[in-house]
Amino acid sequence: MSTADIDSKHPLELDQPRFSVKNPEQRYDKQGDMPDAQRVETAMRHFVKDFGAVAATYMESCIHCGMCAEACHFYVATEDPKYTPIWKLEPFKQAYKREAGPFAAIYRALNLKKKVTVEQLEEWQELIYDSCTMCGRCTLICPMGIDIASLVGLARHGMNKAGLVPHELWAVAERAEREGSPLGATPKVFKDRCEWLADDNEVEIFVDKPQADVIAAMSSIEIMKYPDSIVATAKILNHLGLNWTFRTDGYEATNFGMLSGNSEWQKEMSLKLINATIAAGAKLLILPECGHAYGAMRWQGANVYGKPLPFRVLHISEFLAENTKSGALKTKPLGKTLTFHDPCQVSRRGGAVEAPRDVLDGLGAELIEMQDTKGVNWCCGGGGGVVTIHRADPLRYKAFQIKMKQVDDTGAELLVSSCSNCRQTFDDGQDHFHWDKTMLSLLELVADNLEDK
Amino acid sequence: MDLLQFARGPALTWAFAIFVFGMSWRLLGILLLKRRPDYSEPRHATSWPGAIKLIITRSWPRREFRPRTVFGLSVGYIFHFGLVIVVFGFAPHIMFFRSLTGLDWPNLPNAVIYISGAITIAALIIVLGRRLTNPVMRLLSNFDDYFSWFVTITPVVTGMLAVAHLGARYETLLAVHILSIALLLVWFPFGKLMHSALIFISRGTTGALFERKGASI
Repeated sequence: MSTADIDSKHPLELDQPRFSVKNPEQRYDKQGDMPDAQRVETAMRHFVKDFGAVAATYMESCIHCGMCAEACHFYVATEDPKYTPIWKLEPFKQAYKREAGPFAAIYRALNLKKKVTVEQLEEWQELIYDSCTMCGRCTLICPMGIDIASLVGLARHGMNKAGLVPHELWAVAERAEREGSPLGATPKVFKDRCEWLADDNEVEIFVDKPQADVIAAMSSIEIMKYPDSIVATAKILNHLGLNWTFRTDGYEATNFGMLSGNSEWQKEMSLKLINATIAAGAKLLILPECGHAYGAMRWQGANVYGKPLPFRVLHISEFLAENTKSGALKTKPLGKTLTFHDPCQVSRRGGAVEAPRDVLDGLGAELIEMQDTKGVNWCCGGGGGVVTIHRADPLRYKAFQIKMKQVDDTGAELLVSSCSNCRQTFDDGQDHFHWDKTMLSLLELVADNLEDK
Repeated sequence: MDLLQFARGPALTWAFAIFVFGMSWRLLGILLLKRRPDYSEPRHATSWPGAIKLIITRSWPRREFRPRTVFGLSVGYIFHFGLVIVVFGFAPHIMFFRSLTGLDWPNLPNAVIYISGAITIAALIIVLGRRLTNPVMRLLSNFDDYFSWFVTITPVVTGMLAVAHLGARYETLLAVHILSIALLLVWFPFGKLMHSALIFISRGTTGALFERKGASI
């Protein structure tokens, strides 16, 4: 598919409650014109290629107990067994046993595990993409300790190579690779936005300073939909008196290469941010309120780079927490009750569980925790690129009702999170259900309550 | 050579050899695969405490998951404990292990063994019923699940029949019991029964990786 085709077949819908591209008609999507047999072979080769000891251990360990279903929002919301997390990997388990496991020769010789077909992979596209946010809640329930979410990530590598990605997710990833941002936030757009935001808000926003101690990055969702986050970031970094800047050669923290399963694109996207930070001689890269951006850079960035990063990487909530605890960040008391939605990739899978709570404590807010919270929090249903996939909307709305109930049960006045992808999922859910709760940004809450100096 | 001699002799020896070779092959086939270096800055410098922690704590569900998993887990625990009591608490079994290893330990009263055996069989039947009726488990299940169930329950049933002298001559019943154990040993490395070893590797792997990141375990 040519670039023009992508842009005309999947135009960006920037005025919708959430950003996405036009809804494709088919139930499953294919990219390119590879013959079916080659698709299957490619998918499996790239799936198996990524296998190390860790993934093999997981593939060997499942005892088919089905407990993972009970942790998955898509299963719990629908009770449809096909949404059982480990079932989402069934063709890949089949391929692993036949092609790569310790007894692969026996499985092949006796044809005990059949060859995976393209029809199977087409059917599984929905399970691997539409109905898995890679939130990893299932990992916490598995009695064998299998990290199912990471296996779905590997399966996506194979599906991507075979051209079997939902069109919207693929088109958004392609656009990110081509333009530097999935949602049209090109370097020029970003720079222009920073300029008018600086004028409108009378705040100094540094862009392209050649040298700085701190580099801040943004997610395209914030740049295009929640630009107040840019202002908030600038206000806080200025409040702290830091030598900081945005860089137009590395500002986009989202990584749709990773979400769609394209390792090469993932690497290129990460390297832009890494090289920009190194070019500025910065000692700290602050990642924005974006869940998967944290996983992509904080935990995978150095591995993409091939050696340890020469700078620290912090999620904005960790950065705010450090400065709250040190006393450098001074805020006015909020005096309201609120509840906090843990973004899966930052909290459960990223390890920054307490940071936002330290920030909220500093704000003097009364935090009312949801019933299942912190590491066991229910996912909003929009992570892992799912919010991008229109055909997944009905399923996502079902899962979102779990979240709404959780929030309503707290009775808190405010609802806060620190992930713009969660935020747009909440905004979309609020719009769909005419819900009375609006998701707020932790970053903006802090910026709005800074003590005057 | 009569059936009992065959069961005690070549059948058990070969089954044991396949068991050891198969276990080693499968475990080495996994453990010898490459492990990629992780260059990310760890949140916690040592990751092995996470491995230990997950190996221990994942033995029971987190509070949040309890209501939805309590039944399946309880039945699972019952038959696992039942098997341990029967296998390691019954006097003739201890004699068999002593002849193999030289190790000795006190046995449990026969009444305890019989009751445990009966409870184990009942629990295993419930487990099978659940696998056949629970939509999630039914979808996931394959030959391995049903055959592993079969080779697990058969030695318990044949053992109970042997001690009760029910259905045939004692020597025949004992031979069938030993042959059922040979079948269990032969199947062990190839199917899900391997979870008895893999559980430590799999839990430990996730525990260590997640501890490094400070992720929830």
